[in-house]
Amino acid sequence: MRYRAPRGGGGRRLTRPRTAARRPGAARRRHAAGRRAERWAGAVFLLPLAGYVAVFFGYPVYHNVSMSLREFTVRSYFTGEAPFVGLANYAAVLGDPVFPAAARTTLLFTAGSITAQFLLGLGLALFFRRAFPLGGVLRALLLLPWLLPLVVSGAVWKWILTQDHGVLNQVLLAAGVLDGPIPWLTSTQWALVSVTLVNIWVGIPFNMVILYGGLQAIPESLYEAAALDGAGAWQAFRAVTWPLLRPVVAVVLMLGLVYTVKVFDVIMVLTGGGPAGASETLTTWSYALSFEEFAFGRGAAVGNLLIVVALLIALAYLRSVRRQMAEAAS
Amino acid sequence: MRARTRPRGRRTRPAGRGWWRTAVAVAVLAVLLFPLYWMVNASLLPSEALLRRPPVWFPVGGTLEGYAAAMRTQGPHLLTSLAVALGVVAVTLAVAAPAGYALALLRPRGGTALVLVLLLVQMVPGIVMANALYAVFNRAGLVDSHLGLVLADSTLAVPFAVLLLRTFMLAVPRELAEAARVDGAGHWRTFVSVVLPVSRNGVVTAGLFAFLFAWADFLFAVTLTTGREFQPVTVGIYRFIGNQTTDWNGVLATAVLASVPAAFLLVLAQRHVAAGITGGAVKQ
Repeated sequence: MRYRAPRGGGGRRLTRPRTAARRPGAARRRHAAGRRAERWAGAVFLLPLAGYVAVFFGYPVYHNVSMSLREFTVRSYFTGEAPFVGLANYAAVLGDPVFPAAARTTLLFTAGSITAQFLLGLGLALFFRRAFPLGGVLRALLLLPWLLPLVVSGAVWKWILTQDHGVLNQVLLAAGVLDGPIPWLTSTQWALVSVTLVNIWVGIPFNMVILYGGLQAIPESLYEAAALDGAGAWQAFRAVTWPLLRPVVAVVLMLGLVYTVKVFDVIMVLTGGGPAGASETLTTWSYALSFEEFAFGRGAAVGNLLIVVALLIALAYLRSVRRQMAEAAS
Repeated sequence: MRARTRPRGRRTRPAGRGWWRTAVAVAVLAVLLFPLYWMVNASLLPSEALLRRPPVWFPVGGTLEGYAAAMRTQGPHLLTSLAVALGVVAVTLAVAAPAGYALALLRPRGGTALVLVLLLVQMVPGIVMANALYAVFNRAGLVDSHLGLVLADSTLAVPFAVLLLRTFMLAVPRELAEAARVDGAGHWRTFVSVVLPVSRNGVVTAGLFAFLFAWADFLFAVTLTTGREFQPVTVGIYRFIGNQTTDWNGVLATAVLASVPAAFLLVLAQRHVAAGITGGAVKQ
């Protein structure tokens, strides 16, 4: 029976793992020698992972940096020659008129996707928090769009958004909303809107699942206490739900940002970045440079810019986590 | 325990109060899942029915011709995807499970730094990985190979799986692992016979996601294959759509087939994911 986790402790430890390290008792009682042996064992268990990370993440990133500093073309694969050109690839990329357009598209795509996904996901999570008949089954079904390969979702939406025979145009025309069919995927005006809408659809379940999990970890007693104090639904949300959900919100937003910046499948299947670059993001541009124009050096340079963007997002996240931990500790 | 008793307590409210919520949820679901219905509908309708106006809402008197075409042209690609995904599950669990154990219960030197590294490497855009892996694989002869794609796709799953397993194993009471060691079990025994069984929900979840990530991968599949004989189903669908004369019936039948394992696995594993980890430890 001593194996049983302390009541309520499990949930707290899941959301704030650091506090586990500070628990007195067992850890302090153990001898220093035992702890050293444990650390050695830990290092051994970590070895496969460390090697894996070095080979499959460290080396590719190094290689990508090296490639971005060279004149690396399809010929390089045959001759092995890739002369060092310094920052010429970066200069070429930043001076390319495609760059500002792709950066702007990436920004709009990401901001639009994240905002809508998060708000809709949070709304659904709050809705499903209350138990109601068939709630569990319906919530599980809601996950389906998230499970599908993105290429599948892209194919389905491409069919739905087809100008002449797509169901969306036909419904909107029949309802009198439109006078003529909208070329959702083939006009420069609509392509970005369309890929963003599809990406929002893809992301709602992810946001809902994680936020729902966060809501489940909030003890019911806090709501009971708030209700005793006469708090209404909105006040309970402000005083209980939101503060306690904030760590989960930070995670969901950070993951959402990182995933969205590098979205590739949805755009490739729906528009291929077109028409005329109207839905070209930095990611699809990097692909086009490397695998369509075979300008691997410039493709790598754009890829490295994306790494920098991702690192900035990560830093922002870590700062917010540190602030929250400081608040929690005080 | 708490998590389980709470909803039950809520359900004791007067019956019938929640049904309006059910109605709203069904309506929301109908909208959000409509594209999936539309996919199944189109996969069963003959091509000329797909071009009719107004659209044919129900596949009455439908055809299985799309599925026949899908099996003919995409069958081998589905098998390729399956083989690659299973390989990725194996690689991912082999690397991630011991690491999760170490990070959660042994607190090794540099563990915190490694967790940070795992968070960071997940942010490396796939296109960067593809760019570099293409160059490396080209030299190593791994382009167009199962092994190459398994290794590339595993990068999608390993960091995630380590962090997930670490979280699951953090919830394993330390006393449980310590008791095993007091009884004379080494670290390996403790890991295999105590920690892994107790965190089997975490292992199932990690394996499941590894499978789904690999099955759904498109970026590595399209960059690390040349598209002659060896291609996973995601690339198959992409090229299928790319054809000038798009056979939507066949494309969407393939799409349905490509969705089946994902849906099937989640339905199967829903139970595992939902079951609480503390409940597992208490039951032991």
